[in-house]
Amino acid sequence: MSARIPCAILGSGNIGTDLMYKLMRSPVLEPAAMVGIDPASDGLKRAADAGLEVSAGGADWIVAHPELCAFVFEATSAKAHAANAPLFAEAGLQSIDLTPAKLGPGVVPVVNLEDHHNAPDVNMITCGGQATIPMVAAVASVCAVPYAEIVATIASLSAGPGTRQSIDEFTRTTAKGIEEIGGAQKGKAIIILNPADPPIMMRDTVYCAIPEDADRDAITAAVHAMRDRVAEYVPGYRLRTDPVFDEGRVAIFLEVEGAADYLPAYAGNLDIMTSAAVRVGEVLAEVRGPAMEAVS
Amino acid sequence: MSAVTIVDSTLRDGSHAKRHRLTTAEVAAVAGGLESAGVPVIEVSHGDGLGGSSFNYGFSAVDERELIAAAVAAAPASRIAVLLLPGIGTKDDLHAARDLGASVVRVATHCTEADISPSHLGVARELGYTAIGFLMMAHMNSPEGLAEQARIMADAGAEAVYVTDSAGALLPAEVAARVSALRNGLPAHVAVGFHGHQNLSLGIGNSLAAVDAGATWVDGCTCGMGAGAGNAPTELLAATLERHGGIETGIDALTMMDVAEEVVRPLLDRPQVADRESIILGYAGVYSSFLLHANRAAERFGVSAKDILIEAGRRQAVGGQEDLIIDIAAELAAAPVAS
Repeated sequence: MSARIPCAILGSGNIGTDLMYKLMRSPVLEPAAMVGIDPASDGLKRAADAGLEVSAGGADWIVAHPELCAFVFEATSAKAHAANAPLFAEAGLQSIDLTPAKLGPGVVPVVNLEDHHNAPDVNMITCGGQATIPMVAAVASVCAVPYAEIVATIASLSAGPGTRQSIDEFTRTTAKGIEEIGGAQKGKAIIILNPADPPIMMRDTVYCAIPEDADRDAITAAVHAMRDRVAEYVPGYRLRTDPVFDEGRVAIFLEVEGAADYLPAYAGNLDIMTSAAVRVGEVLAEVRGPAMEAVS
Repeated sequence: MSAVTIVDSTLRDGSHAKRHRLTTAEVAAVAGGLESAGVPVIEVSHGDGLGGSSFNYGFSAVDERELIAAAVAAAPASRIAVLLLPGIGTKDDLHAARDLGASVVRVATHCTEADISPSHLGVARELGYTAIGFLMMAHMNSPEGLAEQARIMADAGAEAVYVTDSAGALLPAEVAARVSALRNGLPAHVAVGFHGHQNLSLGIGNSLAAVDAGATWVDGCTCGMGAGAGNAPTELLAATLERHGGIETGIDALTMMDVAEEVVRPLLDRPQVADRESIILGYAGVYSSFLLHANRAAERFGVSAKDILIEAGRRQAVGGQEDLIIDIAAELAAAPVAS
């Protein structure tokens, strides 16, 4: 197992802790350290129990321990990442950013990661983007998509204060990802919080405008194939029905069930972020391969 | 003698009833008519608020910004309001509507999710809007819970907070309990409002109960033109509030009846009555604008609209989840038929 690449998780909250459990299962990456700012956090306790190096010393600790931090998973806040990114860059560390900081290019593992193999800092966009951009790209691989619109519905309990305070950020960032990464000429994103008890699974609906003569069978096949590719790293990523075609559009209905590593199963929106981030790290580690040693 | 501010939402909630196909000429005619009757505030937006034009809710035939501008021009003596649901519209929409002359905004959230509204309410205040909080699907929260949510909006700068009965599900005593809870829980300078639907034919009765419990902002739609069975008809609000101890609304009841009959009634695509599917909305507690979407999905998938709406209620769907309707219809269509 010594061949696994050591990684650090910065941020010991829900996302960071869930990420740790997923990294523990990775054949490529090894969670070596979890770094927070609150020594009493549940995440740091769990990390210590799991045998990781733990510290409440924040980004300063990370740059002082580059041997444990080939990749830094930033699971803090946009503001924190903006402050930390220059420190990581100076120390030659690569970061995978789960915050809305958007300093590096946005990446979706099955869509555009190969365009950013050399980016020192990549951004995970939004949960809705990770769930829906692959489907927009699947449709766009068959026909022109002049307009795509997504509706992400998540359980209220899975929407943290960061999301709640900056909900416009979600809609703008996701819409941009639908265009720039998904391949739609114009994108729109909607997010709905549902407080139902018991909590609902994350649901995403993807509508794509398509030409009247689009090959519907080819679209359906592309959608199913994309589902399978995403499900390789997000096992609970499912189609609720076959794509539904109406005049000039196709509607794709998705459900994302989380793996319940640390967060409950309904929080598929958080699970897809941590799962996709791990996949990004794995792919980059494999692509950069031996060069990893040279990164310093 | 007390006073109540009436907001006429024919050109916003009524957008649902028109499948968002209102034209510039229709908006100008209605806004002009409402102004002539003395309606102080006229709401104009896509039915699902600014930015609502979409596959999910229906595309607007005419860009809502053009409609807002038309209303501003046609009704200079009234104030033009807009609706914004954070998660659908953004602060950019608030800027654009303000530039066009809108001066009142209702920032709407589900009745348990007020904490997604503070940044929008804050921007609204900065832009000089009269900022109002709108707690939708108010039947899904207790009076105490609703008052707590209203305080979040008041703390963020809302000058009034509404008990919004989006499903037309509340009975008069339930309305009174919620309005009282807000009235007692909010500072005196923050007003309480009520928005009622006719699904259980209680739009007017509930509005009177709300006023008696301390509401000083009340919504109506002319001829009831709105989602589901429609809203409390503005012409009836004007008439009944005047009879109800002479409450001052600034609206001339007789002129308002003329505007309803001559300007708005000819626009109705269907009678605004509590038919079977509309009653289901109120009875099962379902967002009123789901009605026409359910009717369409029922036809498309060969299932019953009533069953779709009952299932939407069972799943505790909230406003904005129109995509769930197709999903439910497809599922009902795929389910084995009981013999």
